[in-house]
Amino acid sequence: MIDFVGLYNYWIVIVLAMAGMYIVIARGNLIKKLVGLNVFQASVFVLYISFGKIFGGTAPILEKGIETYSNPLPHVLILTAIVVGVATTALGLALVVRIRKEYGTIEEEDIHIQDESM
Amino acid sequence: MKEYLVLRVITKLLIPFILLFALYVQFHGDFGPGGGFQAGVIFASGFILYAMVFGVRAARRILPVGILRAGIAGGVLLYAGVGVASLILGGNYLDYGVLEHHPKDGQHLGILLIEFGVGTTVASVMMTVFFTFAAWRED
Amino acid sequence: MGFFLENLPALIIVVPLIAAPLCVLLQGKDYAFTVALLATWFSFVCACYLVARVTTEGVISYEMGGWPPPIGIEYRIDTLNAFVLLIVSGIGSVVAPYSRSSLLFEYVQDRAYMFYAAYLLCLTGLMGVAITGDAFNLFVFLEISSLSSYVLIALGFDRRALTASYQYLIMGTIGATFIVIAIGLLYQATGTLNMADIAQRLPKDGYDRTIVAAFGFLVIGAALKIALFPLHQWLPNAYAYAPSTVSAFLAATATKVSVYILIRFLFTVFGVQLSFEVLPTSLPLMILAVIAMFAASTVACFQNDVKRMLAYSSVAQIGYMVLGISFVTVLGLQAGIVHLFNHALMKGALFLVLGAIFYRIGSCHIESLAGAGRRMPWTMAAFVGGGLSLIGVPLTAGFISKWYLIQAALDKGWWFVAILIVASSLIAVIYIWRVIESAYFRSAPEGAPAVAEAPLSLLVPAWVLVVANVWFGIDTRLPVGMARLAAETLMGVK
Repeated sequence: MIDFVGLYNYWIVIVLAMAGMYIVIARGNLIKKLVGLNVFQASVFVLYISFGKIFGGTAPILEKGIETYSNPLPHVLILTAIVVGVATTALGLALVVRIRKEYGTIEEEDIHIQDESM
Repeated sequence: MKEYLVLRVITKLLIPFILLFALYVQFHGDFGPGGGFQAGVIFASGFILYAMVFGVRAARRILPVGILRAGIAGGVLLYAGVGVASLILGGNYLDYGVLEHHPKDGQHLGILLIEFGVGTTVASVMMTVFFTFAAWRED
Repeated sequence: MGFFLENLPALIIVVPLIAAPLCVLLQGKDYAFTVALLATWFSFVCACYLVARVTTEGVISYEMGGWPPPIGIEYRIDTLNAFVLLIVSGIGSVVAPYSRSSLLFEYVQDRAYMFYAAYLLCLTGLMGVAITGDAFNLFVFLEISSLSSYVLIALGFDRRALTASYQYLIMGTIGATFIVIAIGLLYQATGTLNMADIAQRLPKDGYDRTIVAAFGFLVIGAALKIALFPLHQWLPNAYAYAPSTVSAFLAATATKVSVYILIRFLFTVFGVQLSFEVLPTSLPLMILAVIAMFAASTVACFQNDVKRMLAYSSVAQIGYMVLGISFVTVLGLQAGIVHLFNHALMKGALFLVLGAIFYRIGSCHIESLAGAGRRMPWTMAAFVGGGLSLIGVPLTAGFISKWYLIQAALDKGWWFVAILIVASSLIAVIYIWRVIESAYFRSAPEGAPAVAEAPLSLLVPAWVLVVANVWFGIDTRLPVGMARLAAETLMGVK
């Protein structure tokens, strides 16, 4: 039972991932979809950081007298993944700005209606 | 502009410290948390704060489009250039150990240079993204 | 010279990577074009050399930064890698000179340097995915190529290119995030990111939930990127509304590299035993592939826009590739890998021809193509050549892949699947015939402006690919030989 609750960070990962995916699928507003994508990616970050923690380990900065450090590799992987997420969000938002200019709306249904009537 | 007096004064006082902190984070990346990406974002946030308080046009006067574009391209070229320099000096690509006589110094120098390249590119990209979106707002 | 040849695995990625910011710095459109052309041709020459070296010497391993694997990132080239590198750099170097005269170039004009920077970054990303031996490095390169392709697709003239690019962005990012979750779970299970090392450290018998979860995430993420039915929704819009240059480049490379990711993880990292004997992967992949072959080909028959038709045809062809993989025999894998090569040639040629048609006629609708056979003889002849290869007529490359696929199916005793392969090829005849009938057997409408033949600089790259189709349909030593070597290495038989 303790193990069940003690793994709370993995439960947070699952909740965030499902919430993010639900927002992407269920919301028609283009910016809300991007927000959902961000939430989904944030869950991946929490997942990776949970891997890195070692029981009894401190932050991975060299200090005299400390024996156990947390694994620094997942932290570096997360930095890279965050940068990728930022770039994707920036690109997505630029596309939304252009879509707003061309279509006049950022609701997916209205865009669909405009495309169908072409 | 009188009602923004407090904002303007505090911004002018704070921006040098923000930029200094960004440089601190940049060059202490191998001793503590920090490195190119974080430093680039903090550096850009100083300029973005200036643009938000004083207007995009004033910020554009300091940083014309050409400088930002050169920053983006230059940072990537610096990173790749360090790798090519290692190639020329005899090691594999991005092997920092061959950059100096002692491998440890070489690692130091290599990491410093590439993180600086990353910081430059990230700061330039953040500022370009902000200025591009802010420019949309004006028309 | 020796240092140059030794560091070739790094240089093949570094030269386009450096060329991209160089294009941004040298802003003139001719400078940008020259830099891009030289960089893509250099990569192609390097890829040819790597293919030659890998077939004679065996696996090439290159340590990035001098750190030995598994501590450092390793570029590991075996026959499959080298083959995919050849495909990607070859298509990249044919499309680059084509882009100079295309409508896209006239559209972007002074901002052409941005187009070439995105093009070079996309090429770098795709080649990086093919060459790296480190799992997370693969994800990074995959995202580099994906982000650049979203930019490239959004350059389309139709405003629907923007929504197509946005949809591709959402679905592609979900796919890539699934792949990164899989890599993270694999790291948690084995403690390393090097693909060869993960393969060694995975437990040989039995499996635990982490690895099965990683497997699931990876297959779904890769399937999203491959556009395997039913996760193919982004592909028709993206290829139909993107500029023809971009469609040609992406249709011939992006999905092939994603198929490579699937093959690499299924066969090398997870291993044949875990992927296909312990977990029931073969049957679902086969069913989805067959549905893709039939459903997509049928939908293609009803399209009036030729670009959209070819996009749905791509979904069907991807079905063939995945079908070959799902056989899990050397013959089946060989057929799938040969189809990677042949489909790149076929679709590249067809989309380049469509770009030439669009340049002159201004539309890719079947109605607008009426009478084009007489007005643009060389262009339509190239289309016929590509179309015959798509159907699988003997003496073309398409026939070779269908032949090996049918052989692989009969080898396993599944004659039913062989019949399905032939049947879906017959559906391809229908949609190719629609275009040919409009071009050759109808006359141009009354008020249509007189169009001349497409300019030479657009025709030559398209014909290069069409001739390559016929060449590799007759002299199959290169693609079939390399595919066989790759399949034998992947299946673990020597």
